[in-house]
Amino acid sequence: MSEKKPQETTKAFEEAAAEQGQRYYVLRLCVTGITPRSVMAIDNIRKLCEDHLKGYYELEVVDLYQKPDVAAEEEIIAAPTLIKKSPSPQRKLVGDLSETERVLIGLGIHHRKTRRREVHDEE
Amino acid sequence: MKDVYLRIPEHEGLIKCPSGIRGFDEITEGGLPAGRPTLVVGGPGCGKTMLAIEFLVRGAMEYNDPGVFLAFEETPADLAKNVASLGFDLNSLIAQKKMVIDHIHIEPTEIEETGEYDLEGLFIRLGHAIDSIGAKRVALDTIEVLFSGFMDHTVLRAELRRLFRWLKEKEVTAIITGEAGERTFSRYGLEEYVADCVIALDNRVVNQIATRRLRIVKYRGSAHGMDEYPFLIDADGFSVIPVTSLALDHEVSSERVSSGIARLDTMLGGGYYRGSSILVSGIAGTGKTSVAASFANAACARGERCLYFAFEESKGQMVRNMRSISIDLGRWTESGLLQFHASRPTVYGLEMHLAMMHKLVSEFQPDVVVVDPISNLISVGSDLQVRSMLTRMIDFLKANQITALFTDLTLGGASIESTEVRVSSIMDTWLLLGYVEENAERNRVLNLLKSRGMAHSNQMREFVLSDDGIHLNDVYVGPEGVLTGAARLTQEAKANAAALLRTQELDARTRAIQRRRETLEAKIAALRAEYESELDDLETAIEQERVQQEMLAEDREALAEHRRSDRR
Repeated sequence: MSEKKPQETTKAFEEAAAEQGQRYYVLRLCVTGITPRSVMAIDNIRKLCEDHLKGYYELEVVDLYQKPDVAAEEEIIAAPTLIKKSPSPQRKLVGDLSETERVLIGLGIHHRKTRRREVHDEE
Repeated sequence: MKDVYLRIPEHEGLIKCPSGIRGFDEITEGGLPAGRPTLVVGGPGCGKTMLAIEFLVRGAMEYNDPGVFLAFEETPADLAKNVASLGFDLNSLIAQKKMVIDHIHIEPTEIEETGEYDLEGLFIRLGHAIDSIGAKRVALDTIEVLFSGFMDHTVLRAELRRLFRWLKEKEVTAIITGEAGERTFSRYGLEEYVADCVIALDNRVVNQIATRRLRIVKYRGSAHGMDEYPFLIDADGFSVIPVTSLALDHEVSSERVSSGIARLDTMLGGGYYRGSSILVSGIAGTGKTSVAASFANAACARGERCLYFAFEESKGQMVRNMRSISIDLGRWTESGLLQFHASRPTVYGLEMHLAMMHKLVSEFQPDVVVVDPISNLISVGSDLQVRSMLTRMIDFLKANQITALFTDLTLGGASIESTEVRVSSIMDTWLLLGYVEENAERNRVLNLLKSRGMAHSNQMREFVLSDDGIHLNDVYVGPEGVLTGAARLTQEAKANAAALLRTQELDARTRAIQRRRETLEAKIAALRAEYESELDDLETAIEQERVQQEMLAEDREALAEHRRSDRR
């Protein structure tokens, strides 16, 4: 998948989507081989995208074993990690994406209703 | 290229990886455990990163071991800048594929945890970096940053445990740095995972002076020094001072070296022993520095190298002042035989002084060291600390066969032996300089209080600093006590006059007895003559008598013949 094309399309789609209240999502999921956890993450994000972002997203799945450079490039430590490259701000969602509500909040699809339990994140 | 791994004979099987850091390999008896992770803990600013980066740089430069630096805190650019001041060119090492610096940036606000995960990403990055240059050394600085980025500490701990096991499997020698904790060595108890070797660094401030110290908390399967070792981070990087690990088994020399004062050499029976330690103590102005300078001057004149630590005077001042007693130190500093290191004692803590001295001695390789004076060091430490530092210093110097002279300023009055007594026991030779005050004069005197292993004079000497150098004079010891200076001269004149008088008297008596003898002999001669004449007379009389008797007998015979006597 080329890098430039999605960027351009992103813009166009975002403008279009903004009118309709829908934004275009560029997602990159980094996994480490075909482990049950990787498979689960892939399944989870696919389902979630189809349910919430149908037609407004593109998803790239990267196997870090095959592209170890990506790990450094994307500052990846944990696996699996889903990177929301667009819309900004960039966010990283680590884990197998099984906690759907948290994923939706992390992607900015749902808004946080209550204060997060974690202490580190002071918003 | 040096041997990459040192094998320690008494611990077969445990291979060590030399760090290349000065002093460190000595206290660890060879370096870090090869192929295993080592944990380095310490508070902020105590030199963890420096230790880690120097381990890699020295490995790459001196042992040809490529290294990977995984930086969690600093960016590669910052790191390169920080170590450039130590003369390490990280960028060139990176270009030569001897080093990889990977910066791991963790932004907690960017991360959302959405289920189960592991740190395989980190493993992949590290593995990729190691494989890309065939790294043998790895540093992780500071891995605890992960704890701020991830909520699930259970996962994190499990993953760290796996990481350390994985590093072992990769057979890389690794340094993992961690923040010091309150109850555990590291804040997150990393020492539980890194069981082979734990090193604690510390930067303590006592009396406003900071001293860095290093301690090997544990080192599985290896002997190691147990103490806290002071260390320095200076223009040449990290250096640990392993002086406490020295034992009293240094070689001893019976070679004598001149003190620079001819009569003092005589008092010592030929000079100081090479490699011995000499203490020169005395109150202010008794000439301690002059004794020290003479010693330095004599050493340089023999073509030896001398390192002079001056805590009171600057180099220029020393050279000028010593010129007044005909000691030209300037020519030796120019020729490079003499090196001054003048500093105020308060610029460092004691340990730093020790470290600094150790480093300078190692670099300059002197035959002779002068510390002038050690008493000033007490201003930066307690007596006990100074004593322990000096003991270590002396052991170190002795081990290197360096003759060391220390001066010690004692306070006047009752406490004259308050400080030097504590250090005197570790000295081989002790000269005490003092004053004798009398007749409105102060005169310097020198006592040789002790000198181990040599016959030495027990006599006090008058110590004279003159335009042409230092002289020792005999003191006048008479019925009126020890006299020095003008009193000595007066007393000597007095004594000379009395002696002359006595000599004259004796001469007269000798002459008188001579005359008596002559008279006596004359008398004896006269008596003998008288006796002899009497003897002569006696002999003459006896002869006459005999002749007479004979004649008488003859006469009687003739008469009988005449009478026809029948009595025949």
